[in-house]
Amino acid sequence: MTNAPTRQSFSAALAERGPQYPEVVVLDADLSKSTKSELFRKVCPDRFFQMGICEQNMIGAAAGLAMSGKTAFCFSFACFVAGRFETIKISVAYGGANVKIIGTHAGVGVGADGYSQMSLEDIALMRSLPAMRVYQPADDIEAAALCEHLCRTPGPAYVRLTRQNVPTIHADGYVFRDGELDELRSGTDLALFGTGATSAECLKAADRLGDSQGLSVAVVNVPSIKPIDVDGIASWAKRVPLIVTVEDHNVLAGMGSAVAEVLAEVGGARLLRHGVHDAFGESGSAAELYRKHRLDADGIAEVAVAARTR
Amino acid sequence: MDSEQHDSGQGGDPTSLPSLCTQLRIDILEMIHAAGSGHPGGSLSAIDVIATLYECQLTHNPHEPDWPDRDRFILSKGHGAPALYAVLAHRGYFPRARLSSLRTFGSELQGHPVVGTVAGVEACTGSLGQGLSIAQGVALAARLDGRDVRAYCMLGDGELQEGQVWEAALSAAAYGLDGLVAILDLNGGQLDGHTADILPLGDVAAKWTSFGWGVRSIDGHDHAQILDALRWAKGRDGMPKVIIANTVKGKGVPFMEDQVAWHGAAPTDEQLEQALAALRGEGAP
Ligand SMILES: Cc1ncc(C[n+]2csc(CCOP(=O)(O)OP(=O)(O)O)c2C)c(N)n1
Repeated sequence: MTNAPTRQSFSAALAERGPQYPEVVVLDADLSKSTKSELFRKVCPDRFFQMGICEQNMIGAAAGLAMSGKTAFCFSFACFVAGRFETIKISVAYGGANVKIIGTHAGVGVGADGYSQMSLEDIALMRSLPAMRVYQPADDIEAAALCEHLCRTPGPAYVRLTRQNVPTIHADGYVFRDGELDELRSGTDLALFGTGATSAECLKAADRLGDSQGLSVAVVNVPSIKPIDVDGIASWAKRVPLIVTVEDHNVLAGMGSAVAEVLAEVGGARLLRHGVHDAFGESGSAAELYRKHRLDADGIAEVAVAARTR
Repeated sequence: MDSEQHDSGQGGDPTSLPSLCTQLRIDILEMIHAAGSGHPGGSLSAIDVIATLYECQLTHNPHEPDWPDRDRFILSKGHGAPALYAVLAHRGYFPRARLSSLRTFGSELQGHPVVGTVAGVEACTGSLGQGLSIAQGVALAARLDGRDVRAYCMLGDGELQEGQVWEAALSAAAYGLDGLVAILDLNGGQLDGHTADILPLGDVAAKWTSFGWGVRSIDGHDHAQILDALRWAKGRDGMPKVIIANTVKGKGVPFMEDQVAWHGAAPTDEQLEQALAALRGEGAP
């Protein structure tokens, strides 16, 4: 089992695919050492564009490249790309440009740098744009599978990646299915829905809830936040009485809200949205911040137990 | 300083600046070492200017940080926070003992400056490109309220690549904001490499001049030149001013100087010892 940040895994997968997909170009805004897009530069230097600290210009130029037949991957920290929202809205989404916006350093998992380098609102922003697809892989295997899918699938997309290490939770040969939930473990008492770094924590929390409370806990990974799996959620709403969504993002308008929007229409299970509860981030280690926000396995288990007895 | 008194900015002793800056450099390196992360290069390049400003030019009162007539200093290149924190602690905004808590969970000393944490922080920075606009607003408000307040803003040279900086530059000149002083920490480095290799800035002085700013270029490690330029920048002549401080990234620590790798890395125990020895050898009074 490996333990790697998804920024590393995704960028390595893209670099590997560079020679095979000659229309792929990569842009970065003076963060290629941190986003790891430098891995692509090393393989395909002529198709890598260092844009300087100019995120807005980078996104616009990516749209122009895309409109000329390229598949343009734009890298920066999630906060700095999602922060150029209106440029994305008009130049990328509205124009239907084949631009893949890759936001690394998502969530409070960023750690010591503090809130100005974190993005706790990017899913909310990107979900709100028509035509924009929103993805968050949970480990190295899913990051590579998603990368392959994006190289082959035209259109605007947003990908959210971690700064911190996440353990491998998928088996080799995993196939990414766009717009579908990814069931990691079945269960009948409740289902934990994770996305990105929280999926592995949900698995550990399910173990703990099984051991300490004798609960049968399902774990569902949500790599495709938009499109969201309406049928999949409707079916889980019949299989379990309680769904707890867990994300390193503001609970407002994130993955949990996407699930809530579906549940409100299909009915069935009760839902608890868990994540960062409308607060700013701060400095600290990723582990300390996951503890504080109860996004680690123990915290998730506590939240789930409390939700059952409510 | 008496808690009732405001520091008019004339009080500081310029001859003490070299030894003070050596101590502040030591503080910066110890903080980043203790935190295990942070940005030494751009903190060390900026410290002579920030220290000279707070010692000898800024009108402020550490005991009354919200005093409405204070000058404001906004560190737009927020990753240089260790330099700002070291100077604020030295001036008495908070106890020096707190410096070692930089970047740790629960500390007021956030990785990048945050309003409402330690006293003396005037803006939330860390997302590059936003500080000069905020400083422009401060200068506009001062003029509206008839206060003799200056708004100082330090920018990185990589940061100049952000378009918002040039929107503020155009706008401040249009408003004739002579209460606004930008200070450019021209150290030639940014994150992925040297500015010249990433997105060359061309003739920076000519750019600011053509935007309608008063421009002065100095050696950003020469305290007399810094002080002279800060005095010049107080001129009320209807123009915003920019001081172009030519600096060395990592200044004072030979193995860090102009090394891209030291933009955002913490020294190991051994490297810290080496750095402190170099600083003490050079800067002993
Ligand atoms: C909007 C934005 N984009 C990217 C970054 C990441 N980043 C932090 S420091 C830095 C380089 C800054 O270079 P410069 O302004 O020259 O600062 P200095 O060399 O003085 O440290 C970058 C790209 C950021 N903080 N904000």
